[in-house]
Amino acid sequence: MERELAIRLRGAVKRYGPITAVDGLDLDVPVGTCVGLLGPNGAGKSTTMRLLTAQSIADEGEIEVLGFELPGESKQARAQLGVAPQLDNLDTTLTVEQNLLVFAHLYRIGRHERRDAIERSLRMAKLVERRDSRVDKLSGGMRRRLLIARALIHQPRLVLLDEPTVGLDPQVRQEMWALIDALRSEGTTILMSTHYIEEAQRLADTVTIMSHGKAVAAGPPSELVMEHAGRDVLEVYGPPARLAEVEGEAQAAGLRTRRTGTSVSILNVDGFRGFDGERRPANLEDVFVLLTGEEIA
Amino acid sequence: MATATRAPRIGRLDRPALTGVLVREVVNYSSYWRSSTFSSTVEPTIYLLAFGFGFGSIVSTIGGIDYVEFVGTGTVATAVLFSSAFPGMFGTFVKYQFQRTYDAILAAPVDTEELVSAEAIWIATRAGVYGCVPMVVAIFFGLDPAWGMLAVPLIAWIAGFGWACFGISVAGFSKSFENFNYVVSAVLTPLFLLAGSFFPLDEFPGWAQALAKLNPLYHLVQAVRDAVIYGWDWSADLVHIGVLVVFGLVMWRIAIYAMTRKLID
Repeated sequence: MERELAIRLRGAVKRYGPITAVDGLDLDVPVGTCVGLLGPNGAGKSTTMRLLTAQSIADEGEIEVLGFELPGESKQARAQLGVAPQLDNLDTTLTVEQNLLVFAHLYRIGRHERRDAIERSLRMAKLVERRDSRVDKLSGGMRRRLLIARALIHQPRLVLLDEPTVGLDPQVRQEMWALIDALRSEGTTILMSTHYIEEAQRLADTVTIMSHGKAVAAGPPSELVMEHAGRDVLEVYGPPARLAEVEGEAQAAGLRTRRTGTSVSILNVDGFRGFDGERRPANLEDVFVLLTGEEIA
Repeated sequence: MATATRAPRIGRLDRPALTGVLVREVVNYSSYWRSSTFSSTVEPTIYLLAFGFGFGSIVSTIGGIDYVEFVGTGTVATAVLFSSAFPGMFGTFVKYQFQRTYDAILAAPVDTEELVSAEAIWIATRAGVYGCVPMVVAIFFGLDPAWGMLAVPLIAWIAGFGWACFGISVAGFSKSFENFNYVVSAVLTPLFLLAGSFFPLDEFPGWAQALAKLNPLYHLVQAVRDAVIYGWDWSADLVHIGVLVVFGLVMWRIAIYAMTRKLID
C-alpha cells in the first residue's frame, strides 16, 4: 500500500515572465517523514515553498497539501500547516511572548488553550527565560528558534522549513538540528529546503534534489549515494595539467568524475585499480554535484 | 493521499482571521501608541490654532457661525485624513516591504481580503477616535458641546475606512516609497484644501465647486458640521454619508485587488 502523502506535487510549473522558477516539479512528502529539498541557489526551492502556502499560484500542475487541493482549499491546508520562512519576519518591537500570542490568534487557537500553547512553544524553543525580551534584543540563533516556535504554536501536522539554518554559525546550527530532530522524532511531517548537504544528510529521511526547477533525483540519501556515486570515490591530487589527464583517462575508462578545485574525484571506483589517490566513501555532495553540475556554497 | 481532516470549511472574511490580524495591530499599538497619538492629534490641533487665531482675527463669523466653530469642525476631516491615508500608505508599505509581516500572516489561514479588511478596520477605528480631537480642542475655544457630536466618531470611522483603503491601494500599486510623493502632492494636498475645512468654497469658480462635490473630505466636513452645529438636514446628509459609504466600499475592493496583486504571485 502506498504511504499517505502530506504533500503531493505533480508537474507543478511556476513562471515569472521569461523565467521558469519551477518547471514540472514532482514531489512526494510521506506523512511522518522529513524530506529535504536540496538544490543550489536559484533551483526553485523557495518558490516551491511559496506554492505550498498558495502565496504563489502555480501556472500548471497539481498541488495537494494534507489532502487539500491548492489553491482552492489552501486556507484549510494552512490551518494545519506551520511555516518557518527563510527571511525573519518577526515583529521586532514586540516581545517573544507577544509574537507567539499574535500567532496563537492567527492560527485560531481557542482562548483556553492559548496559554498552554505559548508555554509549550517557549519551552520547545528554549526561550522561557527570554519571554519578555523584545525580539530586536535577541541573538540571531534565538530569533531563528522563535521563528520555528511560532510555526509550531498550533501543533501543525506538517511543517515547512525554508533554509532553517542559513546564515547561522556552526554551533547555533547544531542547536537548530537538535530542535528539528526532536520535532521529527515526535512524528511531525517536515519539508525542509536547504543548500547545506550535511543538513540534508543528517536530518532527512528522503531527499529530493532540485535543479533548474525540476526534481533530478529523489530517495533516501544513502540510496542516492549508492546509485549515483557508488561506495567509494577516489580523490586524485596534482597540478592542473595532471588533473586534466586523469579526468580524460577516467572518462575513457567509463568512469564519472567531478572537479573539486584542488583534485579530481573519480566516482564509483569500487573494485577499480589504476590511479593513485585517496579513497574515501562517496557522499551526498558527490551526487549533488554530479546531478546539478554545480558546486555548493 | 493523506485524508484531510474535514474541519468545517473556512469561509471568506471569517471572524477568526479578522480578529487575528486585529490582535496583531492592537498588540503592536501598545509599543507605538505615544508617537502615533502625538502626530495624529497635535498636527490637526496646530492647524486649528493657527487658522483659528490667524483667520479668526480677520473673520469672526462664516456662514453665521464663529470661525472657531467653522474650523474646529472642519479640521475633523484633516485629522481623519492624516490618521488614515498616511498609515494606510506608509504602514502597509513598511509591513510588506521591510518587515515582511504580510508574508507571515498569509502563511497562516488568512487571505489577502481578510488581511486588508482587518487593517482598514483598525486604521478606521483609530481615525474615528483621532478625528474627534480637533473638535474636542475647539470646545475649549468656544465650540458649544452638542449631542450630535456623538455621531462624529462614526462618521469619521466611515471616512477613515475609505481613506485607509485609499492609502493601502496606493501602497499596493506603488513600486517604491518615492511614488508616494506624487500622491501626496497631486491628490491629498488639493483634496485637503478643497474640503471646506478652513474656508468656505462658495467663492470658488464653478468647476472647483463641482470638483469639491466629488471630494469625500468635503462631504465629511459637511456631515460633521451638520451633526455638530447646523443640525441634520436629512436629504443633504444622506448624500454626504452616502458618498462616504460608497467611497469606502469602492476603495475597499480596490485595496484588496492592489494588495492581492502585490502579495500573491
